[in-house]
Amino acid sequence: MASIAVSTTINDDDVEFLCQPDETLLDVLRNRLGLMGAKEGCGTGDCGACSAIMDGRVVCSCLVLGAEAQGRTIETIEGMADGGELHPLQRKFIEHAALQCGICTPGFLIAAKALLEVNPDPSETEIRFWLAGNLCRCTGYDKIVRAVQDAAREMRGETA
Amino acid sequence: MVDVTLWAGLRPLADDQKTLRIEATTIRELLRKLEAQYPALAGPIRNQIAVVVDGVIYRDDWSATIPEGAEVFLMRRLAGG
Amino acid sequence: MSFDAAYQSKTFNSVGTRPLRPDGVDKVTGRARYGADFNMPGQLVARVLRSPHAHARIRGIDTSKAEAVKGVKAIVTAADLPDLTNGNADLFAILDNCMARDKAMYDGHAVAAVAAIDEKAAKQALKLIEVDYEVLPHVVDVDAAMQTDAPVLNETVFTTGIEPAPTSPSNVTNRAEFGHGDVDAGFAKADVIVERSYKTEQTHQGYIEPHACVANCNTDGTADLWVCTQGHFVYRQNCADLLGLEVSKLRVTSSEIGGGFGGKTHVWAEPVALALSRKAGRPVKLIMSREEVFRASGPTSATSIDVKIGARKDGRITAASATLRYSSGPYPGMWAELGAMTSFACYDLDNVQTVGFEVLVNRPKVAAYRAPSAPMAAFAVESAVDELAHTLGIDAVDLRVKNAAKEGTKSSYGPVYGPIGIGPTLQAAKSHPHMSAPLGKNQGRGMACGFWFNFGGQTCTDLNINADGTVTLAVGTVDVGGSRASLSLIAAEELGIAYDDVKAVVADTATLGYNDMTDGSRGTFSSSMATISAARNAIKVMCKRAALTWDIPLEDVYWEDGHAHAAGTKHGNRAPLSVKELAAEAGNTGGPIAGHSELVADGAGVSFATHICDIEVDPETGSSRVVRYTVIQDAGKAVHPSYVEGQYQGGAAQGIGWALNEEYVYGADGRLQNPGFLDYRIPVCSDLPMIDTQILEIPNPNHPYGVRGVGETSIVPPLAAIANAVSNAVGVRMSHIPISPPRILAALDGNG
Repeated sequence: MASIAVSTTINDDDVEFLCQPDETLLDVLRNRLGLMGAKEGCGTGDCGACSAIMDGRVVCSCLVLGAEAQGRTIETIEGMADGGELHPLQRKFIEHAALQCGICTPGFLIAAKALLEVNPDPSETEIRFWLAGNLCRCTGYDKIVRAVQDAAREMRGETA
Repeated sequence: MVDVTLWAGLRPLADDQKTLRIEATTIRELLRKLEAQYPALAGPIRNQIAVVVDGVIYRDDWSATIPEGAEVFLMRRLAGG
Repeated sequence: MSFDAAYQSKTFNSVGTRPLRPDGVDKVTGRARYGADFNMPGQLVARVLRSPHAHARIRGIDTSKAEAVKGVKAIVTAADLPDLTNGNADLFAILDNCMARDKAMYDGHAVAAVAAIDEKAAKQALKLIEVDYEVLPHVVDVDAAMQTDAPVLNETVFTTGIEPAPTSPSNVTNRAEFGHGDVDAGFAKADVIVERSYKTEQTHQGYIEPHACVANCNTDGTADLWVCTQGHFVYRQNCADLLGLEVSKLRVTSSEIGGGFGGKTHVWAEPVALALSRKAGRPVKLIMSREEVFRASGPTSATSIDVKIGARKDGRITAASATLRYSSGPYPGMWAELGAMTSFACYDLDNVQTVGFEVLVNRPKVAAYRAPSAPMAAFAVESAVDELAHTLGIDAVDLRVKNAAKEGTKSSYGPVYGPIGIGPTLQAAKSHPHMSAPLGKNQGRGMACGFWFNFGGQTCTDLNINADGTVTLAVGTVDVGGSRASLSLIAAEELGIAYDDVKAVVADTATLGYNDMTDGSRGTFSSSMATISAARNAIKVMCKRAALTWDIPLEDVYWEDGHAHAAGTKHGNRAPLSVKELAAEAGNTGGPIAGHSELVADGAGVSFATHICDIEVDPETGSSRVVRYTVIQDAGKAVHPSYVEGQYQGGAAQGIGWALNEEYVYGADGRLQNPGFLDYRIPVCSDLPMIDTQILEIPNPNHPYGVRGVGETSIVPPLAAIANAVSNAVGVRMSHIPISPPRILAALDGNG
């Protein structure tokens, strides 16, 4: 099959790549662009380890075709920190021990970032349902939820 | 002298005895004497054994000492997650 | 061994604090490299062909058409993995499981593998491999497999452990019995007897990262393996044995591991990847898909358990017995034996008997899953204990306190206990506010206890003091849940330096001596012991260097608070020398400063936990929800409390999933119906409440700091705690795990 040329924006950078028509965005990110922060846990959109933000919406990049990135704006975990400055969510995940093995962590961070952009003051229930598309097998989610709550507080300018 | 209790699977290899009385001060000495008396135990001792001395499970440290009168069990080497 | 592992009470500076983990930044920025995140030049892509049949004889495999596909570089079958196991049955089972030989034993069993230049070519080749199967009758249910008319999986299996030895083959590989006293006499003394049969379904560890590796065999006989594993030294040994490689020439590097829980203690795909690389002469990357992970890697046993407990009116148990049947997949295991050993381990019993049967079924080879076999046995026994409490009209905690094992108790598996923590966890549960909180409508509360052995094992550690006085700690136990942070704390504690001055790394198999796997809750227990030993060795070196620096006798130097001190007034008031000062001068006092340790960390100490949970059941739909959950467990000493809590919470969450949702569903054709996270539903964030934890610290006498393993016990009580909570909510005893909505509805209908 002939490859498709795609022009897109990833983490504020203009990016061009060639991909096969049946190639997923996840495979493009990982195998063609070296952005390996997104993980494949299932390949069927059930685990959220490959989460990315496309035009402001959280997507499972394993369910998006690389060709669909044409003209879109993509955010991945690699773009979350501001240079050497971690995003508050990234800091709070470390501080709250919200990760053990860490394989799900990029996906959780991407999803949580998208949540706080639309809802800066989510309730525990809202956090839990928003993050229900991301599987974690290590933590029981307790410390993840607390880290998101604490990051939200800090981003709202409140002191803990 | 210590009394050593065998797990059920080992008993046929030791004349169907459940408990053996052995003179030994370390696990290594105990296992060596067991093997000498009951050569059929050699295989299990080499491959699949754990030794419990007064409630503490040893899987590898055959240098551990066995106090006089200690309670000693041979157990199968266990798997963990 | 000069190292003294005995517990010594002390005040800690670093241990018990909660610093940031050293791998945190890598993991929140996406830079941490897991099994699938590594590549080599010229690397090929591997794919595995798997049996669609639950049980089939392989009459022949024709790979000629597949080999002709452009871009295909190698195809391997069992013929490329010849039997080098030399009569070692356990190793043969690993080999046969990696690649089916005469028969495919389960849906998903590997029969061939392809390495090609890309995924497309590999997939195309898989379709062109022709396997001539003779489909055989199959059996997947543990009870059905024990019937005399069941298809026999292996004609050479005759049940061991029974007298007289059977004369015909069966699917029961072994019978194991434990206990003491006279149960018949004990039951005769009982005022009340409860008796019930229980079932649990097969579950998967459910680690989010599928198995992945990059294998490279060179023409000079050397080889490299990058892999996500709980034990790279064990993988090295297994792979070398199966492929006939020299152990020293196979270098295995453990990547970051995306969860294991016991499922990454066994090789599945790694020998296949190495065989492909050897045949193709190029590096090979093999990643299992999620479907393959479910169909062909590490499930736990499905079980069928009968429990009988008798007690006097005052609640004292007079006798207890259990018969436990555990499926082990197509190869012999010792899973029922573990269940039989652990089932009554929480209790002080005069008369107890447990019998375990290992049963072959046409399902994947069972692998360890966090305290393997204990959760199912605890479910059955702790359900029966709860039923007994109801029958006697005694509080469920009080009944357990009355019968709890203590120091001096002869355990149900044989040995007498030293100091143990079951009593304190029960007392903590009794006084926990959760226990007396009011319940809402349709809610029920349950509690249960759990036991696990915990292991130590072979451990090797290097501690290098760098020129700037900071420390690199190289350990050989894979970090599955934050152990690099806890081991750094240990090194800092022992040396008397700051946590931030220690950097712990997991060394590969070429740079450190052999280490057992991170299993049996041993990672922090055993590597901390080796780290303490290595640090003490480094301190000895530093004391010598201080003596040289000061030109005084070595015996006049002692170590305290991170400094070498000159003893007494005879040496004047010399300022103590810090690690940094000693390190700066190391080049002129004898060269680099390091401490090494190799030891066997035995004496891990058994572990106990008590869990409390509240469940709300919707009587209309049968759905249930955990509304409150509390874990109480003895940690000996919590080195990094956040990650101890994490182990408690994570184990509880896995147990909750097992109890309420997770199960392997097989069709009549013996094929797995739900090999994906959509239909095999593990708990998601919205399914769970916060999980409260209470860490008890009863020092382990066999560890310098009192540390016990904490990783596994937390998955033991949840099945029973939840079953007891649901049973209390609906008024019907729930005896089949998972307690899914259809089972709750059926129970309610039967009751109503």
